[in-house]
Amino acid sequence: METLTFDLDKKPLREINQFLHGDASTLNGKSIVIENPNGAHNIAVGLKADVEVTIKGHAGYYAAGMNQLAKVVVEGSVGSGVAENMMSGHVHVKGFASNAAGATANGGLLVIDGDAGLRCAIALKGADIVVGGSVGSFSAFMAQAGNLVILGDAGEGLGDSIYEARLFVRGKVKSLGADCEEKVMGPEERKILVDLLSRSGHGDVDPDSFKLYGSARTLYHFHVDNAGAY
Amino acid sequence: MCGIVGLLVKNQKMRANIGELMLPMLIGMTERGPDSAGLAMFSAPVADDARKLSLYSGEEDFNWVKLGHEFEKHLGTKAQIEPKANHAVLTTTLEPATVKVWLLENYPKLHLLSVGQLMDIYKDVGTPAEVAARYDFKNFSGTHLVGHTRMATESAITPAHAHPFTAGEDWCLVHNGSLSNASSIRRKLQHEGIAFETDNDTEAACRFLQWRMREGDDLETALNHGFDELDGFYTLLMGTRDQLALVRDPFACKPAIIAEHDDYVAIASEFRSLAHLPDIKNAKVFEPSPKEMYVWKL
Repeated sequence: METLTFDLDKKPLREINQFLHGDASTLNGKSIVIENPNGAHNIAVGLKADVEVTIKGHAGYYAAGMNQLAKVVVEGSVGSGVAENMMSGHVHVKGFASNAAGATANGGLLVIDGDAGLRCAIALKGADIVVGGSVGSFSAFMAQAGNLVILGDAGEGLGDSIYEARLFVRGKVKSLGADCEEKVMGPEERKILVDLLSRSGHGDVDPDSFKLYGSARTLYHFHVDNAGAY
Repeated sequence: MCGIVGLLVKNQKMRANIGELMLPMLIGMTERGPDSAGLAMFSAPVADDARKLSLYSGEEDFNWVKLGHEFEKHLGTKAQIEPKANHAVLTTTLEPATVKVWLLENYPKLHLLSVGQLMDIYKDVGTPAEVAARYDFKNFSGTHLVGHTRMATESAITPAHAHPFTAGEDWCLVHNGSLSNASSIRRKLQHEGIAFETDNDTEAACRFLQWRMREGDDLETALNHGFDELDGFYTLLMGTRDQLALVRDPFACKPAIIAEHDDYVAIASEFRSLAHLPDIKNAKVFEPSPKEMYVWKL
């Protein structure tokens, strides 16, 4: 695989991102290394080629935001909004992630080895997120579709006003949000969990140590008894 | 949006270069706060019976030497004055209350930024780089500091509205965020006889915490009262004689990141401002949890 190295100390981020936005046919299969990220915002946003990008350090806000097809590895931590609105591809954060990790993501896989901050997977629309540590409060708020796997604990108000996303939690949940409840994990959900654990480097973790949470579906179906509240 | 930075240097040798270490931290927060900047610097204390007063004049070419002479002549006591552009530190053994009255009578346009034995405050409008150059932050030495870059969202851009704010000796606070009940806190404190210099929301938080401590709270209890009373978004960083303290609001609306190293503790709104610090790769870098108090002692 051809490897290209960029040094953010020497080259402006805009030029690197513009290179990464080039014609997919010239990028596909390439491996790009970005050195000295030093917490810069918007590194590797809007990628749409089957390219591998390795960020050698801590990244700032919106790292790998809006990702399509690409595989982005951050060898450090990220600020708010990593892989925000991802459509497909794979984003792997080896450190921790700040708030709103994977917000509104439609597809692809986001793996965070450390903790994630508040509002992780907020308004999730179909992507898969695996957090090796714990997540902060209000995670999966209004999550519509997709899966959030949490190997550690969850903060307050998990899954508030959730639609059809699945939340797998191994540790403690401080509190569940409105209309979020524990579900029975059937074979279909268990299969999804096993697959995600294996794809995120947690194949050795016992899937039976997780609890499944989802929507009680009392908020988004019309119910005549609630007519006064609508 | 605003930027906050804090640095507490544990390595004795590095204390001589605290300004140089801090400068890229402050400049790194320019995008978060381009309109004003400020710094509270804690260094070796003056004599037990002396106080340092940080003074600010709007005029570039203010005659600080003349002020020093008049001070000594009128009040019959020695004073040391160290000017830096439109700012000066006045050191005296006179009661701060007496000095304040004298300043008000003779130099009503001067602004008294702080009183203390260890802390000097510098703040002004301008980009962080401009403000740092104006006061030569780069060559400062000391033990710990609190800095701020401001992007005003709720009150005017003036030197007085810039951070850090102080209320009481050797105690200061910077704030990233906005408070929605600053006016009601201000009214409540005014009923307690506490005077305000600006309509800035951070000043309300600053005087609220100082009032709680005056009423007997320790810093932790005062901050717990703060969690109950302050409504809005905030990351607050405070400096005292021998410590830095940090809290974030329960929703963690405003960012903060911490690097703990054997030689130093560094705090900033974003990692960008910590990236240059020596041996940062071996520091423990983490994000502080909401509604928790973090305190680092010298």
